[in-house]
Amino acid sequence: MAILTKEQAKALLTKAISYSKAEQCELNLSGSDSGNIRYARNSVSTSGGISTNSLVITSAFGKKSGTATINEFDDASLEKVVRRSEELARLAPENPEFMSFLGPQQYGTDSPTFSDSTAAMSAKERADAVQASLSQAKENKLTAAGFLSNRMGFSAMMNSKGLFAYNKATNVAFNITVRTQDGKGSGYATRGYNDFKKLNTKTDTAVAAKKALASVAAKAIEPGKYTVILEPTAVAVMLENLFFNMDARQADEGRSFMSKPGGKTKLGEQLVDERVNIYSDPWNAELPTAVWASDGRPQQKINWIEKGVVKNLYTSRYWAQKTGIKDIPSPDGAIMQGGTKSLEELIKGTEKGILVTRLWYIRSVDPQTLLLTGLTRDGTFYIENGEIKFPIKNFRFNESPIIMLNNLDEMGKSERTVSAESDTNYLLPPLKIKDFTFTSLSDAV
Amino acid sequence: MKRRNFIYLTGVGATAAMLPAIPVLGNEISPERALEYIDPAAKKIMSDVALNAARSKGATYTDVRVGRYLNQFVVTREDKVENIVNTESYGIGIRVIANGSWGFSATDKMDRDSIAKAAELAVSIAKENARLLIEPVQLAPQKGYGEVSWKAPIEKNSFEVPIKEKVDLLLSVNDAAMKGGADYVNSILFMVNEQKYFASTDGSYIDQDIHRIWPTFFITKIDKTTGKFETRNALSAPSGKGYEYLDAKPQDKIQTASGTLYKGRYDMIEDAKQAAVQVGEKMKAKSVEPGKYDLVLDPSHLWLTIHESCGHPTELDRVLGYEANFAGTSFLTLDKWESKKFNYGSKEVNITADKTEIGSLGAVGYDDEGVKCGKWDVIKEGILVNYQAIRDQAHIVGLDHSQGCCYADNWSSVQFQRMANISLQPGKQPLTIADQIKNVEKGIYIVGDGSFSIDQQRYNFQFGGQLYYEIKEGKIIGMLKDVAYQANSQEFWNSCVAICDQSDYRLGGSFFDGKGQPSQSSAVSHGSSTTRFNKVNVINTARKIG
Repeated sequence: MAILTKEQAKALLTKAISYSKAEQCELNLSGSDSGNIRYARNSVSTSGGISTNSLVITSAFGKKSGTATINEFDDASLEKVVRRSEELARLAPENPEFMSFLGPQQYGTDSPTFSDSTAAMSAKERADAVQASLSQAKENKLTAAGFLSNRMGFSAMMNSKGLFAYNKATNVAFNITVRTQDGKGSGYATRGYNDFKKLNTKTDTAVAAKKALASVAAKAIEPGKYTVILEPTAVAVMLENLFFNMDARQADEGRSFMSKPGGKTKLGEQLVDERVNIYSDPWNAELPTAVWASDGRPQQKINWIEKGVVKNLYTSRYWAQKTGIKDIPSPDGAIMQGGTKSLEELIKGTEKGILVTRLWYIRSVDPQTLLLTGLTRDGTFYIENGEIKFPIKNFRFNESPIIMLNNLDEMGKSERTVSAESDTNYLLPPLKIKDFTFTSLSDAV
Repeated sequence: MKRRNFIYLTGVGATAAMLPAIPVLGNEISPERALEYIDPAAKKIMSDVALNAARSKGATYTDVRVGRYLNQFVVTREDKVENIVNTESYGIGIRVIANGSWGFSATDKMDRDSIAKAAELAVSIAKENARLLIEPVQLAPQKGYGEVSWKAPIEKNSFEVPIKEKVDLLLSVNDAAMKGGADYVNSILFMVNEQKYFASTDGSYIDQDIHRIWPTFFITKIDKTTGKFETRNALSAPSGKGYEYLDAKPQDKIQTASGTLYKGRYDMIEDAKQAAVQVGEKMKAKSVEPGKYDLVLDPSHLWLTIHESCGHPTELDRVLGYEANFAGTSFLTLDKWESKKFNYGSKEVNITADKTEIGSLGAVGYDDEGVKCGKWDVIKEGILVNYQAIRDQAHIVGLDHSQGCCYADNWSSVQFQRMANISLQPGKQPLTIADQIKNVEKGIYIVGDGSFSIDQQRYNFQFGGQLYYEIKEGKIIGMLKDVAYQANSQEFWNSCVAICDQSDYRLGGSFFDGKGQPSQSSAVSHGSSTTRFNKVNVINTARKIG
């Protein structure tokens, strides 16, 4: 099945819903075509093209619901899958937290999540982009390993209460590690876009190559507390652990960093430095995301942290109804308002510090303080008197993003970046942080 | 299934809410449909369509995987059933070599035309990419086995057990935890059935039926006055068994200073009862004094340290640089293996790779490129002696055959080198857990897995656990908290001084070992007996955030 237009999706869903005999029925239709290419040791390794689609039908009687799925769309198959979901609903135990489906919703104008250039990508375009990357590495006598993937897909939903939503999206992801042939230097770059035309694999490979060459002959310095400048992709893997944990129910139940004694939460309180503003916005031109969540709730521009104060937590519909809090779904991306300085200007203004270009293998150590551990990777440098003086060996850190944002010194300009841990795209600035805690040295390059 | 999809579906962990919608879990089906089995004859016909189509377009080698991947989850919290999910993912993945290059394509449309088209796409991708090759792919020779099959030797198919029985079990687990003083409990039963059919131009047609089960729970206790909370997770191990895993007999239980531990089979209600008590003890535990301690590590904990510090660095694709962009490379470089004297660990340390151990997560008859599976030494008396390889790597380390480590997590994923069960062999002298503790002057006994992180070449790691007991002069004197240990893999394994005997050998493991781009999950077990490591650096992880 090709990517369906809004009208085609609506027609198919309308037909499917006409077979429903349940008290309520909700349908989610989606399809995607994707391709990828992987390379290592300066040579292509694996690659592929994958096509899938599905229609998910949930039928409900009272607080009992059942779900069935199909990937064939002829009339008989549609009717069969609707019946099956109804049978499952009748057999299911009652779910006291079941929420009646939403009625028609007002969504904002479509956000520009779809790009024709990405949709048109073929194996040839992928191979061309990789060739440009490989030649850049080979010219510098370096070894490249990278990954390029593209996806176009659509999703649509309809229910028996009159809700209809549709979105189509494309994305392209590229990441590259360049290593020196003796294995003593390593550099990394990662990019994510909706529009393939914005991607320049040659330029990104050059960035990784520069870091690889500059990181050779790293010196060991003592672990401890240092002023650090985190590049946006390093910021991403720290801050997403904050974003992932802003759930209202976890906070209300007392088992989150947002919880306070006596069943209270830190909502409305100053949590971090007053210069910190974190929000999500489906219509942001650089990071467009869908205008509706997978359960049909509208996505809006939401301030999560404003001037350091926690303004909103996201929630399930059930928890919002039970507690009377604002009914806000979790967002598809997050944006931190940055400053005006470039990364180079941040370095220039640093008397003594460490430039961290990437952080890796981030895991929670203590959910109560959001303490995380992980390591620097692919280029870590010592800064003195506004200049990068020499590469240093990698460190393990133990640090909380909350402590980090309280120790904020300066912010650079926000840019679109990708988490190397979750593949999620964000708009984030480089951050200069005081007293970042490194606890041991690593021999890894 | 990916770890984050699991977290999303089950709602465990606070990370649940913001994750993107489930991408490739599979289609939801009725429980009964999971009991259907597709006739191998039908799968052979589909495979032959792909093999012939690829050959006619110029492929010099083709393998086809017709895969049906079934998952069932039962998810509860306190007195509520949160979710019951049955999913099926069914489709075909076609891998070819054309012009010396790999190509891959997958589709869930199982008609003749769609399969042939997918095969053609795989060939065209291979041809397009051939210009990016330095040298053509070389495959280790592999004989065809004809039409063969392998079935996991389970006693009770989990998918045949009525949902109600599973719901009742989990609600009893929750009840035991709540009565024991827990404030919250989430419990989950996760069952997997992989029905895989492999065919290749080498002449193999291999039908396999693989089962896995993972019962688990997460208990939280909150001090309402201080707002502090502690958690205690289940001490179960994901297992390559059927529902019999949940039918523990007295011989499956080991009594230790930390309560009951489980060997082979698991008593979920009993563990929930003791977890509720232990989570209370954790709240009152002493915060650890940082420093050097002798660690006594239980297999329910040690499996993850083995996984990260031995399993991953001995994967040949990492050693060679194929994972340099994501999972990383390895400190166990080829020169160390060639030297035949690289002391990875002390003389006590014998580590094997095994794709056949009954009840383990990695056990199969044949891997996902049609190689019959086996067992081999990786570390022998502390020396690095071998890696884990697949067909297109074998020649690089002078092997004339693959070691059968190829796996794809779905029909839509391309197969690549994945970890075999990597296990620490038990000590040869009789030694019990009590003996181990008795011999330690200043140490910590750690049970259960917790936080884990390791660098991209597998030198520097940090691990936490579920339960930490302080050992002083041969005795356990109480519980500790805020514990994590940091070490370098080689130093750590060289500090290994004593391993309990065979009677204590147990498997731990994970459903979600992540590797590759696009990222794939693989399930793998790691066996060990309780093991002592001397003078390991322990840090205190307590912080304040105001």
